[in-house]
Amino acid sequence: MTMPLVLVIVMVVMYAGGVYLLLDRSLTRVLLGFLLVGNATNLLLFLASGSFGRAPIVGTTDPEDMSDPLPQALILTAIVITFGVSAFILALIYRSWRLSRQDEEDSVRIEEQELGLADAVDLTTEEVTDEGLAGTQEFQEPMRDGGDER
Amino acid sequence: MNALIPLVVLIPLGCAALTLALPGRRRAQQTITVGALIAMLAVSLVLMWAVDTEGPLVMQVGGWAAPYGISLVVDRLSALMLVVSAIVLLAVLLFSLGQGLADGDEDTPVSIYYPTYLVLGAGVCNAFIAGDLFNLYVGFEILLVASYVLITLGGTAPRMRAGVTYVVVSLVSSILFLAGIGVIYAATGTVNLAQLTIRIAELPSEVQLILNLLLLVAFGIKAAIFPLAFWLPDSYPTAPAPVTAVFAGLLTKVGVYAIIRSQTQLFPQSSVDNLLLVIAALTLIVGILGAVSQLDIKRMLSFTLISHIGYMIFGIGMATAAGFGATIFYIAHHIIVQTTLFLAVGLIERQGGSTSLTSLGGLMRASPVIAVLFFIPMLNLGGIPPFSGFIGKLGLFEAGAELATTGTYWLIGVGALVSLLTLYALARVWSLAFWRTRAAALGDVSVTPPSTTEGLVLRDREDALLERLHDAPDAIPRQEQRQIPTLMVGATAGMVTVSVVLTLFAGPLFAYSERAGEMLTEPAQIARLVLEPDEDSQLGGGSGRTFLESDEDAGIQQREEVDDGS
Repeated sequence: MTMPLVLVIVMVVMYAGGVYLLLDRSLTRVLLGFLLVGNATNLLLFLASGSFGRAPIVGTTDPEDMSDPLPQALILTAIVITFGVSAFILALIYRSWRLSRQDEEDSVRIEEQELGLADAVDLTTEEVTDEGLAGTQEFQEPMRDGGDER
Repeated sequence: MNALIPLVVLIPLGCAALTLALPGRRRAQQTITVGALIAMLAVSLVLMWAVDTEGPLVMQVGGWAAPYGISLVVDRLSALMLVVSAIVLLAVLLFSLGQGLADGDEDTPVSIYYPTYLVLGAGVCNAFIAGDLFNLYVGFEILLVASYVLITLGGTAPRMRAGVTYVVVSLVSSILFLAGIGVIYAATGTVNLAQLTIRIAELPSEVQLILNLLLLVAFGIKAAIFPLAFWLPDSYPTAPAPVTAVFAGLLTKVGVYAIIRSQTQLFPQSSVDNLLLVIAALTLIVGILGAVSQLDIKRMLSFTLISHIGYMIFGIGMATAAGFGATIFYIAHHIIVQTTLFLAVGLIERQGGSTSLTSLGGLMRASPVIAVLFFIPMLNLGGIPPFSGFIGKLGLFEAGAELATTGTYWLIGVGALVSLLTLYALARVWSLAFWRTRAAALGDVSVTPPSTTEGLVLRDREDALLERLHDAPDAIPRQEQRQIPTLMVGATAGMVTVSVVLTLFAGPLFAYSERAGEMLTEPAQIARLVLEPDEDSQLGGGSGRTFLESDEDAGIQQREEVDDGS
């Protein structure tokens, strides 16, 4: 039942950094903050188990030495959820970036595109892949333009 | 009968997968979605009947006994919430079908709408049947992720802006909830609600208070109670009308449901009850003041939504069987009526081309049907007798008078005042959008405005207002006087009918709510049912009364005595 002090400190630092980033106006920083806070919470769940032992697999480990498996199951679920939400926020960032970048003529073009999309089927994903807009340079832009996003 | 419980989640999830596998086949998607929601409604009705006659149903997923496996529990409260949610989901879907078919899907352009909508339904139901704190969290996450997609549907600039606020706020509340689960697990070694009932009571009261507050903040953000409600009027109105309707009806109520669960099952001896009463009063007042000052109908309704959450918190804060019973009735009433109003506003938006009171007018003449469909839920929400809103508030006030503390008397006063102000806010919509002539609304100089001062003030403020509202949807009127699809009117009329039925059958329903409330004040009983399945759940739960008489657990007995004393 010893709680490694290092993990506690890491958790605290992650929470602090995560909250700081969450308060930023830039969506990209918010995402990073969310990831930090989310992982800090996973660490909290892990620390909540209290006991640290060997892998909780019946047959390979003596039940005395096992660590508590339930928090690990909870963490796994939480990681999956965090992953899904992060993917969604990335899409949100990408979309906001595109919207904030439009000047007048661009926005007209996009609107036309959208009207075209309304009739077609499930083109949102194609739209992204077709234009190859997931290029690294463009993904870095939102960090610089963060202030204008909202 | 227990085997029916997971169906309310499995049906929508399975059908969501099915619709996702049929992209572009819109007709097939629609059929599957409608079918799934009808099946959900049927299962929920059967569950409600079974729970009311036989007592709470418990299902241990995968056959693992309670503290180790995941328990699904349906008591009277959950069953009622399931039925009301299924009704709302079905009606709103029909409304959106009508809208989508006529608009060429301009608001719902992608074929992910139906799957996402079903996943939202699955998440809501999962939260209602969770007998496990972590399962409740998963339910919340399912519905939240679906709601993220729905609120940013189409990805237009205002929706992205509103969506970002909504997503970030929801993320923070989810993380608080998850951290709360971690801390509770550290303190008690379990996440099963039934086991927590017993174990949390053994903790020192300071630890209980911290855990309680942590969960209250997490759920409070979702339920939009006073200091944590700022995000709601900002984000809800920008979504498409049917999405706003279903969010307003269901999502905040899932938060309220979670607060009820945590206050009854986890912290029955809560020391925050008085705090809850204060929060209730502030939510009521601040919410309604916001509503009175709004000139956009959707924003105004979002503020009344916040305000009326206060009534539910009032009932929870009283922590008596009568209070819980009245709250449960009020939740059912409010889900139905708030959804109906938002659907009616969807019709107004289509007919008048806007939801801003500065540019609406003459709707009474243009469309008497919409007028009726708005008028009935308007009176209902305002608490005019004999509608269900009046009955719900009366129940709450009665419960407050029974408790007879200074706090509850204050809240009765505040509640009555807020009811009046709600009516004022809605009546203003009525007189401006429906009674005012079209010409007056357009600022035609040859026509004298009907109420001179108000008309002039409105016109003076119009520019500033449009400036302020430019992020809100449809500040610039769209094409007006379009034909309204029958399905949209039909779905709204259906919801109005449901709200009237709620009024007509208020007697049995209120009695049911009171029974549900009584059940909530005896958490030990449900805890037994979950943890000792052999005797009870197999035989359909038995009756609660025999339990109370033969209650041998000294600790539980003691806590009940304390409860009576306080």
